[in-house]
Amino acid sequence: MFDEIRLNRRLQLFLGFVMGIFFGFFLQKGQVTKYDIIMKQLFLEDFTVVKVILSAIVTGMIGIYILKRYNMVSLHPKAGSVGGTVLGSLIFGVGFALLGYCPGTAAGAVGQGSMDALFGGVLGLLTGSALYAVIYPWLARHILHIGNFGEITLQELFKIDTLKMVAIASIFIVLVLVALEIFGL
Amino acid sequence: MPVKNFHKTRRRKLLAIFIAGALCLSGLTATLALAQVGVGDEALNAQNGLMSFLSMKAWSPYAAGVGIGVLSWFTFLLSDHPLGVSTAYARTSGMIETAIRGDKARSRPYYQRFAPQIDWEWMLVIGLIFGAAISAILSGDFYFRFMPDVWVAEFGDGWLLRWVTAFIGGVVMGLGARWANGCTSGHALSGTMQLVASSWVAAIGIFAGGIITAFLIF
Repeated sequence: MFDEIRLNRRLQLFLGFVMGIFFGFFLQKGQVTKYDIIMKQLFLEDFTVVKVILSAIVTGMIGIYILKRYNMVSLHPKAGSVGGTVLGSLIFGVGFALLGYCPGTAAGAVGQGSMDALFGGVLGLLTGSALYAVIYPWLARHILHIGNFGEITLQELFKIDTLKMVAIASIFIVLVLVALEIFGL
Repeated sequence: MPVKNFHKTRRRKLLAIFIAGALCLSGLTATLALAQVGVGDEALNAQNGLMSFLSMKAWSPYAAGVGIGVLSWFTFLLSDHPLGVSTAYARTSGMIETAIRGDKARSRPYYQRFAPQIDWEWMLVIGLIFGAAISAILSGDFYFRFMPDVWVAEFGDGWLLRWVTAFIGGVVMGLGARWANGCTSGHALSGTMQLVASSWVAAIGIFAGGIITAFLIF
């Protein structure tokens, strides 16, 4: 049923654009396109970023796993490794605190007129990506495969039922959000 | 459609779970949204319905988050693609290098994996810029911002220092995003909601690295 839509390249480019408008709209309304909000999250003073991410995760997760149960969607798990995911995400974090935007919110910040996100952020991101393409062959040979753990999901890792894992993750996320509200963060 | 093959009782059971889950979720969202006193009052005072909701300067973070979550159902359903951003930067840098050096750039192994061309995700990022602009314009929040307040309070209002730091941060983050094979969107949002182990690892790494660095430089 959806294959016709998914295989239509021009339609997909249009859908990508439309979905991007929604994505950017929600990010800006959630205030996470703002340097001050993101930095206050990293100082653990304001938990707006965590609230947006966690409520998006729980909503998305429940819907996607229901759709998957009816074979209407398929998952896209990314492979992970200590040398790739752990090292890479820590490096990302260093850049995150220096820039004060992530790649998506930097684009959103450009849309709201933040000049530091454009001349610093987007230019830096493009330069960093280009640099990565240069060092990629070396990294792929020596670093990225260290401690490979593959395209595994949490339910496969803990060897439990998918429904149980979704329930556990939902309850955990809701408890964290309730705790944040109770503590007034 | 496989839906037709499902046993009726099983379908009913799943539907019940879905409705129960949806109700819990919307109840929770509404409660938490109203708990955000400032934003809650604004929403309650809103007289003109949808338009005033769209022109609010800020939504409850839960409303924004649920919106992104629902959006991701549609990206999976209609485009078979999770929300993700940083690959688009890699494709763009590939396009720029191709424009400068010609087709030699395409022979880089990384650009063999991620071809320097416009795709769904690239259009998503372009749309993202427009979407944020529309949101900001509707709420009168669009203006040219040269210096963020938190930065000025700590480092003063010299724009060169801010832009150089932002550029270095961007370079490091661009490198890290490709190194980890995903960013805050692809890993911390889309990967975690699919319960992918590597994405939960990446989400923790991103915030651990970010929090430690933030405390060190400020």
